[in-house]
Amino acid sequence: MNSKISFQDVVKSFPLKDTEFTALDGVSLDIAEEEFVTVVGPSGCGKSTLLGMAAGLQEPTSGRVLVDGRQVTGPGPDRGVIFQQYALFPWLTVRQNVEFGLRLAGVPAAERHRRAGRAIALVGLDEFADALPKTLSGGMKQRCAIARAYAVDPQVLLMDEPFGALDALTRVQLQEQLLATWSRERRTVLFITHDVDEAVHLAGRVVVMAARPGRIHRVVDVDLPYPRTEEIRLSAEFRKIRNTVWTSVYHQEPAAPAA
Amino acid sequence: MAVIVPEEKSAAGQAPRRTAPRSRRRPLVLGTLAVVAGVLVWAGVAALGWVENLPTPLAVADKAGEMAADGTLATDTLASLRRVFLGYALGVVVAVPVGFLMGWYPAVRAVVEPYIQFFRTIPPLALIPLTVVLLGIGELPKIAVICLASFMACVVSSFQGVVDVDRTLINAARVLGASNRVLFTRVVVPASTPFILVGMRIGLGASWATLVAAELIGAQEGLGYRMQKASTWFEMDTIFVSLITIGVLGLLMDRLLLLAERRLTGWQERR
Repeated sequence: MNSKISFQDVVKSFPLKDTEFTALDGVSLDIAEEEFVTVVGPSGCGKSTLLGMAAGLQEPTSGRVLVDGRQVTGPGPDRGVIFQQYALFPWLTVRQNVEFGLRLAGVPAAERHRRAGRAIALVGLDEFADALPKTLSGGMKQRCAIARAYAVDPQVLLMDEPFGALDALTRVQLQEQLLATWSRERRTVLFITHDVDEAVHLAGRVVVMAARPGRIHRVVDVDLPYPRTEEIRLSAEFRKIRNTVWTSVYHQEPAAPAA
Repeated sequence: MAVIVPEEKSAAGQAPRRTAPRSRRRPLVLGTLAVVAGVLVWAGVAALGWVENLPTPLAVADKAGEMAADGTLATDTLASLRRVFLGYALGVVVAVPVGFLMGWYPAVRAVVEPYIQFFRTIPPLALIPLTVVLLGIGELPKIAVICLASFMACVVSSFQGVVDVDRTLINAARVLGASNRVLFTRVVVPASTPFILVGMRIGLGASWATLVAAELIGAQEGLGYRMQKASTWFEMDTIFVSLITIGVLGLLMDRLLLLAERRLTGWQERR
């Protein structure tokens, strides 16, 4: 299988006072090119750690993480990361934030301006291009962060509960926007969430994780066509898949003894 | 109640343009009133003779005019300003990079921190006798003591500024491809600017506070020196002129820094 992101028997443990805390215990997962995969699970299941390792911000204790067949050794602009806390540079305007990565990549000014403008337009922030983050609402901040990731045109988007702090309405809007962009540009997306509805609505595959130790509990295929219209979202099939995911998140059988 | 209601209505009916400058002017008006009231109380207390040897505001103003006319006020002010500026600027210029290095490199922190913690517990004034022995009684020991005072106030805050930089901002820059150097210049420096400016303001206060005592060391002019000399001759009005000059200068310099702070850190989300 030609996978874009590949976790191979990944273990991550942190030393605690007198024991070791195992955040991830032997996780293997392959994500194909252009796939949209969401990860749900209870807190402490290591889902953010998983994403952090794909981003190159954390290192696995053992096992390997590959992106495009190459082992991840650090962060890089081929993988765009979107954080729950937006992580905008508060001293830069929306446009300057979006241009940050392009500037680092040495993109010439005219080209930079053009690409940033396109990314800002894509998330509908044209009117606020020269505003500072402090004047934006939470939803607008996250849109700016998404534009900043889009601007460098990464092949992979790693999203760590990006809509977790937003109100329900804004969240749905941003979900639609994200799906629309993904359908057009087909990046590979790894999306962490704790919202079962969101996980099913967005993904082609939902990875359900279990905690203590963090591991993959179950992978649920979402055999629903894109675009995910309201009709699909309210359909019986959607509900069925959603219920399956819900049950495996909230009624996890105790961990099977190590195989 | 009945009176208040129409007033509120008329205020709400006006364009918000009018209310904004009024609310901004308000602290200024209140502040001016407070100063005027303070001077009046002082005049009252002096006139009634409640405090022995307290000069009246008018006598102090007279003396100020006299000192301005014969040039002593200007010479004293310039001498003191020069010391404060040199000592303070030197202290800040050294403190900011040292604070940065301490925040960025744990090894530097481990080496420097014991010294800083040790010297922080010693008031710079307590070092005056030592500086006299080591550096004599020229300008150098005065500037050195002021420099130390501002350094101590500033180094801790710039160190703290680096340590407190939001982890996610650093991660956000790294995933966009930032090298360590870029991370430092484009993220750590701007993110810690508010801390540094607070440290600079505290350092400025510390510098002024140290000045008067530093001028104990065989000065020939300066606001602190003038006060000490005046006190031996019981010239209360001269003491007051110097005292007020120091206060006003300190306030002006603090306002300048505050202005710089607004300019440089206006991006901060405040309450």
